[in-house]
Formats: sequence, structure tokens, C-alpha cells
Amino acid sequence: MSKYYLNYLDELESEAIFILREVFAKFERPVILFSGGKDSILVTHLAKKAFHPAKLPFELLHVDTGHNFPETIEFRDTLVNHLDAQLIVGSVQKSIDEGRVAEEKGKNATRNALQITTLLDTIEEYKIDCAIGGARRDEEKSRAKERFFSHRDEFGQWDPKNQRPELWNMFNGKHFEGEHFRAFPISNWTEMDVWHYLLREKIELPSLYFAHEREVVWRNDSWIPNSKFLKLNDKDVIQKKRIRFRTLGDITITGGIESDADTIEKIAAEVAAMRQTERGNRADDKRSETAMEDRKREGYF
Amino acid sequence: MKLENSQLLRFTTAGSVDDGKSTLIGRLLYDSKSIFEDQLSAIEKTSIRKGHEGLDLALFTDGLRDEREQGITIDVAYRYFATPKRKFIIADTPGHIQYTRNMVTGASTANAAIILIDARNGVVEQTKRHSFIASLLQISHVLVCINKMDLVDYSEEAFNNIVAQYESLSSKMLIKDVRYIPISALNGDNVVNRSTNMDWYMGAPLLHELETLHISSDLNKVDARFPVQTVLRPQREGYLDYRGYAGRIASGIFRPNDEITVLPSGFSSRIKSIDTEKGSLEEAFAPMSVSITLEDDIDISRGDMIVRAKNRPESTQDIEVMLCWLNDAPARSRTKYSILHTSNEQKAMIKEIVYKVDINSFDRNTEDKSLNMNDICRAKIRTTKPLMIDAYRDNRVTGSIILVDDATNETVAAGMIITQ
Repeated sequence: MSKYYLNYLDELESEAIFILREVFAKFERPVILFSGGKDSILVTHLAKKAFHPAKLPFELLHVDTGHNFPETIEFRDTLVNHLDAQLIVGSVQKSIDEGRVAEEKGKNATRNALQITTLLDTIEEYKIDCAIGGARRDEEKSRAKERFFSHRDEFGQWDPKNQRPELWNMFNGKHFEGEHFRAFPISNWTEMDVWHYLLREKIELPSLYFAHEREVVWRNDSWIPNSKFLKLNDKDVIQKKRIRFRTLGDITITGGIESDADTIEKIAAEVAAMRQTERGNRADDKRSETAMEDRKREGYF
Repeated sequence: MKLENSQLLRFTTAGSVDDGKSTLIGRLLYDSKSIFEDQLSAIEKTSIRKGHEGLDLALFTDGLRDEREQGITIDVAYRYFATPKRKFIIADTPGHIQYTRNMVTGASTANAAIILIDARNGVVEQTKRHSFIASLLQISHVLVCINKMDLVDYSEEAFNNIVAQYESLSSKMLIKDVRYIPISALNGDNVVNRSTNMDWYMGAPLLHELETLHISSDLNKVDARFPVQTVLRPQREGYLDYRGYAGRIASGIFRPNDEITVLPSGFSSRIKSIDTEKGSLEEAFAPMSVSITLEDDIDISRGDMIVRAKNRPESTQDIEVMLCWLNDAPARSRTKYSILHTSNEQKAMIKEIVYKVDINSFDRNTEDKSLNMNDICRAKIRTTKPLMIDAYRDNRVTGSIILVDDATNETVAAGMIITQ
């Protein structure tokens, strides 16, 4: 075989860097949506590469539900410091206090959907015209239809039936004032690709991804961490388990799996043998068959 | 899974549920163990609720609420799977004529196309349409899967007849590599595993073909082209004099010390270094994203192109393209559109529609000068400033354009450049 070909990880990396540079060139104030999860850490890492030796030209935007894993916040602050980057925090608690949104009621109440309002308010307040996200098409069926450059109308809404065709590697980021874009540079990566790349590049991750002892309760077929934000009911039994998280989100809805994988190598091996998708442990996606599509239409990540 | 040296293969499929396209994709994903239990159980539940017999794999390939309700594919959906040999991205597109634009979109990034033919019906209108698009978008490899062989008693004669039909069709088109595989997606014959029902077939199953198609020679390694995306000027200690031109190599190979020309200015210089975050490179080739520094201080910005001094693209304001119209609103004559070509953006006007192509019969129509959604035509375009172009046949990156309507900001057309 000719030596002039890239292996799949290099090709995916090159594609992501190309897209990040297009975002930089085409928008006035692009930000990276930073959740502290592995995908947003990866996007930040790729962005740093794309502009090396110049400084990261994007601010980071964190939508803070107030229901955080303390480890995530600590990791976020260390990384921001290390990159010498600017951090914008959109606070869901503030949106609640200001009466922009109301807490959900009922036993499965979460702040997941409330993030939409906080995100859109923050985008408007800072006049952000492109929010770069770490969503991948393999994650979920409505995300399989996403564009690299995805248009949002003045209400922040996604119209999946009316998306702009995206051909070759030409991206149309044109928009009217008040509208914005979401850009997804790692659209074509799968969960396995992400782990293989994190392993190869030796990228640091929050400790939550690695197996550790934690107090948990069994809900919706996964281990939900016990925290001061969790509303316990009579049936909940708090147990101690050795678990790790496949995705990170709001602490009240992010389920862990039992695991002994405490290095990225072991995680990659475990993921390869996995028979459940990573979002299978996310209660937010289990509400209905089109839960993600419905939230995305409203302006979700 | 050892994947360190494996390549990425992007392929496209087109068709409606009836052709067994969804079943075929479902089969590839299922047999390569790329469907997860929670996805499977969600599909099982829906299949039962809708009263389908058995597992309806079409539900797996359709994503949006409307598509699931209507049981059709509308938009392009991307699917991923891997085998120990390769990683695959499927651009799954609808097959109906009213979604031509979506087929074109899916085909634009594909290395290979799967064309499904129902063994009972042979080559039909849809086969011609899909093949025409594969040829128009210059997909190098076409895998013709003659499906539902179980319904024609796995007959070699039926297979050979269809191969002959397709040969006469493909001889009119520009497809470099065509292969034929008799399959039954439903039963799994020759999809992932070799069929025991067709001993007369000497070729390999579909997945094996996908795993071994030779794609590294499909990239253009001759014409060195580097469209500049942005300029890196780090305002920090140790890099104050650094001026790097960031971009992704469109084609060809670049090395330090190469004599280059910057277009459109025409200034010449030499490559000083080719940098990445991991360090400088001895050579770089498509599709690598790098940053290039030059020996001389030249004014270069986004939209410019760095090329080898002795191998230049054509610089012109008049381009001829095969144009596919993608928008509800028909093309307007004497209207300026934005034209996007690599990192360059100018204004352009459609000067003439030379002919329209009927993509079912391949007939050319020189009378009809309207251009509506899904229409494909040959057109002459005039731009406000020169573009640095190559023929699409030689170079997918520097040979393609899109048009954007400034009134709506929508992408309204995609064009493949023809040069004489």
C-alpha cells in the first residue's frame, strides 16, 4: 500500500481541525460548549491543535445546571487556567431565580431541559454566533441527521426537515442577525474513535470516567450517584459500588456502570465489548422515542 | 480491535425501503455487531407496537419523527461501523427522484457507492438515476448488489442477465470500477458471509469487497493545492515572527524547500516549514491539516491558494459546471449569488443553461431554460473575481462549488467544474 494515506484517526483529526478553522474564519464570536465531558474535552484539544502555535481563539461556554459533579468543575477550572482561556458560565440556577424557567415537578424531575433556556439566553447576551459542540452522529438517531454547520433560527430552534444541504467540505455559515450556528467538528467520530484518540494523545480526563467507589441508587436500569441534589424516595436503597461513567452530565441523571476499568486502555477494551450505547444510561433520552429530537428542535446541544 | 493502520471508507447507498436498502444496512450493522442491545430493544418494541412481523430493521436506519411515521428516508443519515480491517461511514440516502438533492449530497463525499437492483426486476429507472448520480459525482467504485436472489432461486442466469443490462448502461457513464455481487440482504447471502446457495459465484461477499477496495490511489497526488483557511500569527514569546498559513491540503504532496506560487497574486517563494502541533514534517499530503510557513514575507490571506510553481490550476472568471439545483426557489437569471469555492468566496451569475439532463433517460434538453429543485444541468457561470479551478474529474476539492442565495442565506446549488 502507498505510504500516502492517513489512518482513520488522523483523517478524523484532520477533518475536525479543518472544520474548527472554518468556524474561526466564518464567525465573529464562536465559543466551545464545554460540559467537562470527554467529547468537549476532545473538541477543546483539537481546537488547540488547529491554531498551534497561536492561542486558542475560542472562549469556553459552560452551561451550569447547579447539579454538578464537583470533579467536573475542578477539572474545568484547571483546564481553563492551563489554556489561558476565557470561561463564560451560563447558570441554570440564575435562570430559575430570575423566573425564566421553573423546576420540573415529579419524582424524575431534572434540570436537563432547563439548560435550553439558559444556553439560549447566554448565546443572546454575549452575541455568540456559533457554538461549537462535541455531539457525534453515532450517539443518537436524530443526531445522525446533523450537519457539521447547523443553523438555528432567531428562537434558537433547529428545523431538521429544512436543513441546508452540506456537500463535499463546503460549509455555509451565513445567517441573519440574531440567528446562530452550532458546529460539530467530531460529527464523524464514534465512541470508540474518541477513546482510541484520547488514549493515543494521552489526553487528561476527569477522574469520573475511571472506575471508583461511590454511593449509588438503582434507577432506570443504571446506577445514579447519590448526591445532595438527588431526591430519594422510600424504595431507593443506597449502595456502595465500584463504578465509572460513560458520559458526564447533570449529576442527578447521569448513570454509571459497574466497572473495574481504571485506565484509558482498560476503558477502550471495555467499550469495545459493550453491548449498550453510551447514552443508554442517560435518563434524559429515555423519556420517549424522540426525546432527543424534541429537545434539539427547541435548541438543546 | 487493532485499527491503527486502517483506513476510513465512505460509501453511499440510495433507495427506498422496498428495495431492501434498509435491510442491507441493517444486515451489515447487525452482522458486524454494530447494533447495540438498547437500540435493538427499542426497535423491537416499536416493531411490535406497529404490528410488524419480526424485526423491522428500517426503523433503525430512519431517524426523524416524520421519517419513522412515514416509513421513508428523507434526509441523508450517517451510519458508522468498523471491522478489524476498516472503518466505514455510510451516507444513507433516499432513492426517490424528489430527493435527488439528498442523493447528490450523500454522494459528494463517498469513495464508493452501493447500487441495489431487485433480481426480479432488473435495471429500472431508479437504477439509472442512482448510477447517473454516482457517475456525476465521480465516485470511483460502484458495487452493484443484485438483491433478493432468494426470490429467483439463486439463478446464475438471472444474475448474468442483469449484469449484461447494467454493462450496457454503465458503458455510457464514467465509472472506473464496477463490481457485481449476487446477494440476499434478508437472508444474509454474500453480505458479510459467503453464500452457500450460489456456488457459481466466484467473487467475494459485499463486506469483503468494502474492506479491500483500493482507495488510496483515488486521491490526486500530482497537483499540489493548498487553499489557505486562515493565517496564524501567535502573539506570544518565541513565536513573534511566526506567520503560518493554515489549511488542509486539497491534493498533491508538499515538502520544505518546494518552489511555490501564491494565487491569485502570482508571487513566488519557497516552503520554509510544514508544521503541526506535534512538530514539523518532512512532507505532507492530502487530506492533512497543516500550517505552512514561507521563506519570503508575502501578503497572503484566506481564499488564496498555495500551489507548486510549475503546476498551476486555471485562473478564470468563466466556469462551466454540471449544476444540481437544491432549493425550492427556482434559479433566477441575472441574479447575483454568492459562490463558494475552497476557502474563496465571490459573487457569481448564471449566464447560460446549456442543457438540462433527464436523469432517468440521460436525454439532454436544450429548450427548457428553467432550473428547479432537483434539476441537473450544464451551466455557464461568470464570477466577479477569478477562481483558481481544476476539473472536478481531477480534483474533488478544487473542482467543486456551491451557490448561496444572499436573500435567504440558503445553499441553493452544487456544481462540478468541467474544463476543456
